Amino acid sequence: MFRWLRDHGVIERNLVLMGVLTLITVSIGGLVQIVPLFAVETTIERVAGVRPYTPLEQMGRDIYVREGCYLCHSQMIRPFRDELERYGHYSLAAESMYDHPFQWGSKRTGPDLARVGGRYSDDWHAAHLRSPRALVPASVMPPYAFLDRPLDYSDIAERLGALRTVGVPYSEEMVANARADLEAQARPDADGGAFQSRYARARQGAFDGDPGSITEMDALVAYLQMLGTLVDFRDVTPAQLRQ
Amino acid sequence: MAAATATAALAPGQAVRVEEVGYVEAPIRAFAIATAFWGVVGFLMGVLIATQLAFPLLNMDLEWTTFGRLRPVHTSAVIFAFGGNALIGTSLFVVQRTCRARLFGGADAGWFLFWGYQFFIVMAALGYVLGITQGKEYAEPEWYVDIWLTIVWVAYLVVFGGTIIKREEPHIYVANWFYLAFIITIAMLHIGNNISIPVSLGSSHSYSAPAGVQGAMIQWWYGHNAVGFFLTAGFLGMMYYFIPKQADRPVYSYRLSIVHFWTLIFLYIWAGPHHLHYTALPDWAQVLGMVFSVMLWMPSWGGMINGLMTLSGAWDKLRTDASLRFSVTAVGFYGMSTFEGPVMSIRAVNGLSHYTDWTIGHVHSGAMGWVGFITFGALYYLFPVLWKKKAMWSEKLIAWHFWLATLGIVFYITAMWVSGIMQGLMWRAYDELGFLQYSFVETVAAMHPYYVIRALGGVLYLAGGLIMVFNLWKTVTSSPALTLEPAAASAIAVAAE
Repeated sequence: MFRWLRDHGVIERNLVLMGVLTLITVSIGGLVQIVPLFAVETTIERVAGVRPYTPLEQMGRDIYVREGCYLCHSQMIRPFRDELERYGHYSLAAESMYDHPFQWGSKRTGPDLARVGGRYSDDWHAAHLRSPRALVPASVMPPYAFLDRPLDYSDIAERLGALRTVGVPYSEEMVANARADLEAQARPDADGGAFQSRYARARQGAFDGDPGSITEMDALVAYLQMLGTLVDFRDVTPAQLRQ
Repeated sequence: MAAATATAALAPGQAVRVEEVGYVEAPIRAFAIATAFWGVVGFLMGVLIATQLAFPLLNMDLEWTTFGRLRPVHTSAVIFAFGGNALIGTSLFVVQRTCRARLFGGADAGWFLFWGYQFFIVMAALGYVLGITQGKEYAEPEWYVDIWLTIVWVAYLVVFGGTIIKREEPHIYVANWFYLAFIITIAMLHIGNNISIPVSLGSSHSYSAPAGVQGAMIQWWYGHNAVGFFLTAGFLGMMYYFIPKQADRPVYSYRLSIVHFWTLIFLYIWAGPHHLHYTALPDWAQVLGMVFSVMLWMPSWGGMINGLMTLSGAWDKLRTDASLRFSVTAVGFYGMSTFEGPVMSIRAVNGLSHYTDWTIGHVHSGAMGWVGFITFGALYYLFPVLWKKKAMWSEKLIAWHFWLATLGIVFYITAMWVSGIMQGLMWRAYDELGFLQYSFVETVAAMHPYYVIRALGGVLYLAGGLIMVFNLWKTVTSSPALTLEPAAASAIAVAAE
């Protein structure tokens, strides 16, 4: 039938040959699919507004990762009519370009969160996280009341530094002021001029309802409240969305 | 049809030499015990988190017991602890016998692999409970655990490859091709998907090097091939040794083995983007993923045919040999889920199935039906061999395990088909005025009865697992020993080999 089938004995008598051929065979698909995503410029749309996370938002994001929220909530709206109506404009690659790691998710036990920012009040989020079924009786979400504890942000500058190493465009100034910026964002009455100048469209607030202390709840709510709010779709043209 | 290589492992007359080789067995006994132990732990965690979705009170108001932290404990326990111990243990067993060579590095190497791998499992699981995770499905262990696993894995490749190099057989047996591809590819995927920068050397947290769309593609290149190479290629290695052994028949087709092997490992790697249909991943990558996923149906069924047809002339054994029944049913489930997978990878179908329980049901028909059953079949074969017993303690309990587990799977996957398709349809349903018909939480509430049925299926599967542990335990402690009388020694060694 096939001549090479009869010659397969050569391969199966030689461990190194078999190993090398196997490695080559299993490498091809990944190379073809992955490498162009870094090289082709249209992989990520050129839209305005996407910026790195503020220090408080990034801490909130790290809590989101820590608690495994991605196991029940996606952050990736598909271009379907029902998803547009339920969640908003479909997600752009640009909107997760600073996400280390990406949190698109694979399961919607709960709703998509890609554009949850600004849909509910800070108070709603804090109350819902503390006791989901107090607000949504049929919810199956675990309660996260334990997030009302002080946020440990002692290594926030190192976190931003590590993110800069992997390509997030944090400036020297942003890393140096990480701690001050985090504190400024969590305190609504603090002077946030310098903070606002570094992070466009970032909002200061007492996210957990208590301006006196900076908690994990503050960080997580600050993160949830900015999700999907960076790109202003009134300014986006179809040409920019071409991928 | 079967050529020399396929029958090599089965050929009689080598029994005397078999005894002389002096196979390393003690660490393999440990792997076999660990497989059963972690299996029960993993099934138990599965039942717990399934029940949490039906009754959220069971999150117990503690940070360590929320669904979000325990779900990786379940997935890692069943994939890496149960599946991984089964794969490493059986591969070390199979490679020695099919090469007629003592394990490279001897018992010490085997024990290093055993304890090194258990240490990896415990470190990873402890991390999840404490909230230490990379936040990528099936790649949750943080950077320091990843480095440790890399060391253990390289040692595994050396021990496995070294044993093949020492072999007395001219050909490398087909089971070893699959084990080898599994070891090499998992090394590539593990390193490729875990490139990250720790916050500091004293910090357990790290940030992955790729972000967003590239991160997603790399993750599902990894994630789908954790299925393709960990849960498929490795277990096909198991199929190619244990089914011929249990059926006492050579592998059906040597040529099919070759075609099936190379096409399977070539095509699988391309399938990752079907996890990212309609996302921000560029369309060209999605289409590639879909096309290769559909093609993957063919080599998958090639493997299934090769496994099932090995029973030609020995089908009657299914009536009498309950452990063979496990192995063969496993191949049946393999065929079913490798048909369902390509269907779900078609974009139009995926638009409905993605983000729903249908995916969960699909992966469990593969995990419980294929991975679980082929492992149970192998354990029932291995325990009497490794502990030098005449047979399993109770054939009847194997049958009980089989039917309980099968019923459990049927409950599980039918519940998930219904809930998944129903939820997908509810999300896109419109009322007569053109508004979305259901709020999201209404679709959650509608899942409740199916989540209860699914949990019940899990309980049945777990009950089967507990019966298996009891039976294995009694086999080790109470089964009559295999007594080697000088005259019959060689014949029995063949049977036990």
